[in-house]
Amino acid sequence: MEFLNIDYPTWWFLLVGAVFSGYAILDGFDLGAGAWHLFFKKEKSRRIALNAVGPVWDGNEVWLVIGGGTLFAGFPEVYATMFSAMYIPFMLFLAFLIFRAVSIEFRSKEPMRWWRQMWDVLYSVSSVMLAVLLGVVLGNVLQGAPIGADKEFQGSWLIFLNPYAIMVGVTTLALFMMHGAIYLIMKTEGRLYAKIRLLLRNAIIFFIISFAITTLYTLIYIPHLSDDFKQQPALFILPLLAFLSIANIPRLVNKARYGYAFFFSALTVGLLLGLVAIELYPTLIISTLDPEYSLTVYNSASSDKSLGIMLTIAAIGIPLVAGYTYFVYRTFAGKVELDESSY
Amino acid sequence: MDVEILSRIQFAFTVAFHYIYPPLSIGLGLLMVIMEGMYLRTGDKVYENMTRFWTKIFALTFGIGVATGIVMEFEFGTNWATYSRYVGDVFGSALAAEGIFAFALESGFLGILLFGWNRVSPKVHFIATIGVFLGSVFSAVWIVVANSWQQTPAGYHIVGEGTGARAEITDFWAMVFNPSSMERLMHVWLGAFLAGAFLVLSVHAYYILKQRHVELSKKAFKIALLVATIFSLGQLLTGHKSADGVAHNQPAKLAALEGHFDSLAVADMYVFGWVNKEEQKVTGLKVPKGLTFLLHQDFETPVKGLNAFPQDERPTALNAIFQFYHLMVAIGMFLIALTLFASFQWWRGKLFEQKWLLWVFVFSVLLPQIANQVGWYAAEMGRQPWVVYGLLRTSDALSKAVTANQVLFSLIMFTVIYVLLFTLFIYLLNKKIKHGPNEEELIDQRPNQKDMVAPFERE
Repeated sequence: MEFLNIDYPTWWFLLVGAVFSGYAILDGFDLGAGAWHLFFKKEKSRRIALNAVGPVWDGNEVWLVIGGGTLFAGFPEVYATMFSAMYIPFMLFLAFLIFRAVSIEFRSKEPMRWWRQMWDVLYSVSSVMLAVLLGVVLGNVLQGAPIGADKEFQGSWLIFLNPYAIMVGVTTLALFMMHGAIYLIMKTEGRLYAKIRLLLRNAIIFFIISFAITTLYTLIYIPHLSDDFKQQPALFILPLLAFLSIANIPRLVNKARYGYAFFFSALTVGLLLGLVAIELYPTLIISTLDPEYSLTVYNSASSDKSLGIMLTIAAIGIPLVAGYTYFVYRTFAGKVELDESSY
Repeated sequence: MDVEILSRIQFAFTVAFHYIYPPLSIGLGLLMVIMEGMYLRTGDKVYENMTRFWTKIFALTFGIGVATGIVMEFEFGTNWATYSRYVGDVFGSALAAEGIFAFALESGFLGILLFGWNRVSPKVHFIATIGVFLGSVFSAVWIVVANSWQQTPAGYHIVGEGTGARAEITDFWAMVFNPSSMERLMHVWLGAFLAGAFLVLSVHAYYILKQRHVELSKKAFKIALLVATIFSLGQLLTGHKSADGVAHNQPAKLAALEGHFDSLAVADMYVFGWVNKEEQKVTGLKVPKGLTFLLHQDFETPVKGLNAFPQDERPTALNAIFQFYHLMVAIGMFLIALTLFASFQWWRGKLFEQKWLLWVFVFSVLLPQIANQVGWYAAEMGRQPWVVYGLLRTSDALSKAVTANQVLFSLIMFTVIYVLLFTLFIYLLNKKIKHGPNEEELIDQRPNQKDMVAPFERE
């Protein structure tokens, strides 16, 4: 079945992409802020940094739950193959997700130095590892995996640890650290603000270098990913936009227009994932054994009936979610002020 | 050990641990809505302090609930890939609805509930509290619908054959209102309300005994007692409906719950007992023909027993299922007696006079928790050997790409993390309870609108 000349599996592909982009944009700045956490030395600075994400990180993480749910619901074959193939990375991901949540929750509950230091380290390490693992999973999806005719993974469990995947992992971390630093700047003032401004410069350089290396590597060693762009030159508008969006960030940072800089770093995250989506579509997981075995939006999707029901649910639900997400962010707009309910 | 048993242990362990927290969140959510509603109605600061205190404990249970909840969603893919392929088309819509309608609502408003006291007006804050409560209530709807579909599949058809077979949805509302979903949902909701109410009862009974926060505690205790009494009684009704449903939809499970072996005979009901699987009999205290009476309101109609089903289509852990089920029922009865007695004392104006009664309430906090846990054990073990009743066997539902060593690794990992988590939870809960609610007048820290710098202004 089709809606606006686009078939249901493609709609659902777009929806899954949108939800994961939403997750990367929202939890991206939480994870980035977490990665910077140990760079702040003073207790008050750490508290402010933590409370900058305090009221929103939980809501942001829910986008991952929804993302997982949409993938499971729309492409159960992909969900099953991917999660069981990358068993260990996903289990580690869960562990770090738990560690991050409890670090935020438990840190403020005791005044002892060792107690707070322990949760600070755990919080920061978890944030870094979550960002890297997200990138590692993405890197493996981009490269493809040995998928057999029965849609099952047929490789060794260690296959996920390869140089390309790690490179994508590091780039993801760099992107999130830049994104998170801009978020923190909007939320802080005084000396902490000045300090994060310096950190942000390094983050931008770190990101641009790692992004350039990853892009070159992708073009040279995984040429099939750019096939779509060679066939349809009009699509080049997207990488061009991504490039402009990235270039815009240091410009706006220099002008101290952080709200806009944050908008463009969010846009960069979205555009980069948009590039990934175009490179992959209609495939979701490329089989390295035989292209025939690849999991596409057509051979791994739920029935049109099911997708239709869920698209209705999404059409009702997403405006609601957007509405109260906006309301929550408006409530907590501005610089962090610590009060008796803060972490 | 093989992948199957390890994966089953891991899922059972992670879901059982998770299920300590959501019922507390749902139940405390209800209590917080009532408390804050009382504050708005009366303007009495006591109710605000009460709400703020419970909000902090709610934050603790909610945080752990979210962190341990994502684990199961991932496990569907990592450990139960074949199951995911099989049910994705049907199960998916319930899961998607849960994410979009429930979790987003809950987590979105949580920020305002916890940190918004000084940022929004009391009315808006109350709306946020209701939003969080409704979110948690809705999340129970969708996950119980999904689980009930595994118990009593409906609104689907099977496409493909052999290993390629899978269920496809044909009727969304038939899937949502499958034969067992509504009665099981009621039972789960009430169980959650009781878990929350008994935590409140326990903590405030403790304060009254220790002569701390007495005025506040008496008010909170009465609110929670009212909730606990209503829902303890209500649970009798939903429990009966559930058992009726099981008898109708899953006769093999019902036979296991009561240890009823004869393939077709008038069935007894046990108060307690011990199941001997080899000799096919139960020793214990029984109400003769009780089960028959409960299901058919007479003493003649026979009930299908375990022997009416092929060996490989009935649950095996018979004694465990029997014990879990009977423990749940016994706790339910005790809670009814306890809350009715306390309500009677309240009516006589002597609620807080007997110390022993307050001490019973202090320790009763564990009972709804245990009942919720063992009730689920009986429900899930009673469904075996099926993961989707009559359609897909648990042993066929595993991931083919996962090895036993990988699962062993993750099982050890979760065990270590959860032991640590539970220790911390108890420690912090205890600390918060020791600290108690704030009873001083709170200073209004709500900032002026102009203090809030919009992010798009020039620095």
